[in-house]
Amino acid sequence: MNFFNFEEQLIPLDEWIQAFVDWLVLNYRGFFQMLKSPIEFSLEWLEWFFTTLPPLVIILLFAVAAWRYAGKRVTLFTVLTFLLVGALGLWDETMTTLAMVVSSVFFCALAGIPLGIMAGRSDRFEMYLRPCLDAMQTTPAFVYLVPVVMLFSIGTVSGILATIVFSLPPIIRLTSLGIRQVHPELIEASLAFGATSWQVLRRVQFPLALPSIMAGLNQTLMMALSMVVIAALIGAGGLGNPVVQGLNTLEIGLATVGGLAIVLLAMVLDRITQGFGR
Amino acid sequence: MEKEVKIEVKNLFKIFGPQPKKALALLEQGLGKEEIFEKTDTTVGVQRASFEIHTGEIFVIMGLSGSGKSTMVRMLNRLIEPTAGHVLIDGEDITTMSNEQLVKLRRKKLSMVFQSFALMPHMSVIQNAAFGLEMDGVDKETREKRAFQALEQVGLEAWAESMPDELSGGMQQRVGLARGLAVDPDILLMDEAFSALDPLIRTEMQDELLKLQAKAKRTIVFISHDLDEAMRIGDRIAIMEGGRVVQVGTPEEILQNPADDYVRAFFRGVDPTNILSAGDIATDTQVTIPITDGRNPRAGLQRLIKNDRDYAYVLDSDHIFKGIVSTDSLREMLDDERVPSLIPNAYLGDVVAAHKDDSLQDILPKVANQPWPLPILDDDGRYLGAVSKNLFLRTLHRNSAEDELESDPANSEKG
Repeated sequence: MNFFNFEEQLIPLDEWIQAFVDWLVLNYRGFFQMLKSPIEFSLEWLEWFFTTLPPLVIILLFAVAAWRYAGKRVTLFTVLTFLLVGALGLWDETMTTLAMVVSSVFFCALAGIPLGIMAGRSDRFEMYLRPCLDAMQTTPAFVYLVPVVMLFSIGTVSGILATIVFSLPPIIRLTSLGIRQVHPELIEASLAFGATSWQVLRRVQFPLALPSIMAGLNQTLMMALSMVVIAALIGAGGLGNPVVQGLNTLEIGLATVGGLAIVLLAMVLDRITQGFGR
Repeated sequence: MEKEVKIEVKNLFKIFGPQPKKALALLEQGLGKEEIFEKTDTTVGVQRASFEIHTGEIFVIMGLSGSGKSTMVRMLNRLIEPTAGHVLIDGEDITTMSNEQLVKLRRKKLSMVFQSFALMPHMSVIQNAAFGLEMDGVDKETREKRAFQALEQVGLEAWAESMPDELSGGMQQRVGLARGLAVDPDILLMDEAFSALDPLIRTEMQDELLKLQAKAKRTIVFISHDLDEAMRIGDRIAIMEGGRVVQVGTPEEILQNPADDYVRAFFRGVDPTNILSAGDIATDTQVTIPITDGRNPRAGLQRLIKNDRDYAYVLDSDHIFKGIVSTDSLREMLDDERVPSLIPNAYLGDVVAAHKDDSLQDILPKVANQPWPLPILDDDGRYLGAVSKNLFLRTLHRNSAEDELESDPANSEKG
């Protein structure tokens, strides 16, 4: 056999993966469905929160947050954005998107901060983690959308899972960076005064890494928002819906309005969360 | 006087790099640092260091950068793990301690002050000062009280609620010192603690440290590359070069008797008249006469003649210095029928003495102005010895000769 004959496929990786996913779906679908429940729970709770409260209360809440963390110009911008989105008839979609994004970011933080801390404290762990993070950020979303749907069925939860895969890396990377940036002399001083490894983390590394962790949270949030349209493809709903619909029916106006709302919402959330780190 | 040993360092080695075992074996074979680095890509940090640090002394470890002094001090609390050898604190070997024991030791017995201050930028001054106590699990009220007392000791109580970056460098290091003192440690490790401060503040901090030390005797291990600092604050000094401890001793011992060229080079340019005290150079070779022989001055005269000396120092039974007599004054008295033959009647006038801690600069005029060697006394007035002009000049000459400098009398007089 000529090994360098690339005319025909030598490694049928595609078939193997196909078989693996089929096997997974056949035998473990129940297990994966079970994994859904915490995400489902938090999503439902958040959606209830955002959709039950009257728009005025929501606008007020965001205005207060903006006032507290970002100053008056951002407050004005926030109020105007929500008013515009409401006037464009996208209020409900916006709230659904908010609920999705917030629960994605919540789970990203839940998994990402501990992973980031571990990566920040262990070179070996970071070495193994980095290729995974690279893959998560560069693999086209369409590649994992299908298996996700096969395992978790269509809907918002699958949308959130796809979003998590894509938006998890920044918070891990920036948490790790923040931990690594803590001056070694401070660690040494803590140890010299009898700090345990846990005390060093809790009293020194974590507080000093916090601005970086917050920057990671902000980046994760932005990434999550950028997945809104893709999530809509697998039935996640929200602001991605008008865009997907508009694309399918060539209604440029509808798609643009949806896109505009996403961009404005992203800017509002970005400006507010940037203030968290300070 | 036998001193209590607080820290004992025995055959301590630290080897950085991939092959510490192999490097250790090569060291045993007598290879040098450079050869070992070439062969194994491994750096010898500290080699075969052995010394003792006494309770309540300020022990200065001095050396140039790369001499291994910072590595050495970090092995005393095992921030750096020794490759071989032992460190005993109060007789306990810390190199075999478990992590828990080590944490306890660091919390209770040892604290450290750093060159870069290493204050927590996110904590207020008082929180920083209370850091060691917080790690030890002391409740908030108690630890802030003790931290406040520590801040009072360094004069920073008014700044308790400030953040470290609002303070000047000198003040920040006072916070570092307060943090070290708050845990009330037996041993204070100070790693070039004052090196980052400007000279004026540095001297001020040295005085502060000596003042604190006078109040509560701690064992202080002070790392420095600054000879003046070492001389100023050190009770004893260890000099390190290339990872070896080349000499340990009091500043005077090292100055008078440098172990090798490296140590000598260190002391080049140091004016011995500033460092050496009268007690250091005084010799007990003069003739002394007990005053109890007072009734028989002839015996004294005989001794002077026998020893071929002109002057004798008269002491009482407690060795307290009473006066100086000369062969001439004794003879005169014995010849004079009207004067009772008692030694005090033969005392020379205008006799001055010097205290053992007086510097050579202080005693220079006295040595120069008296024809007889200057008597040197301790705190109680006991006679320790005398400094002759000859001895004084020899001391100056030996030190400047060792400096391999032209011996220039103008220089030594200027000081």
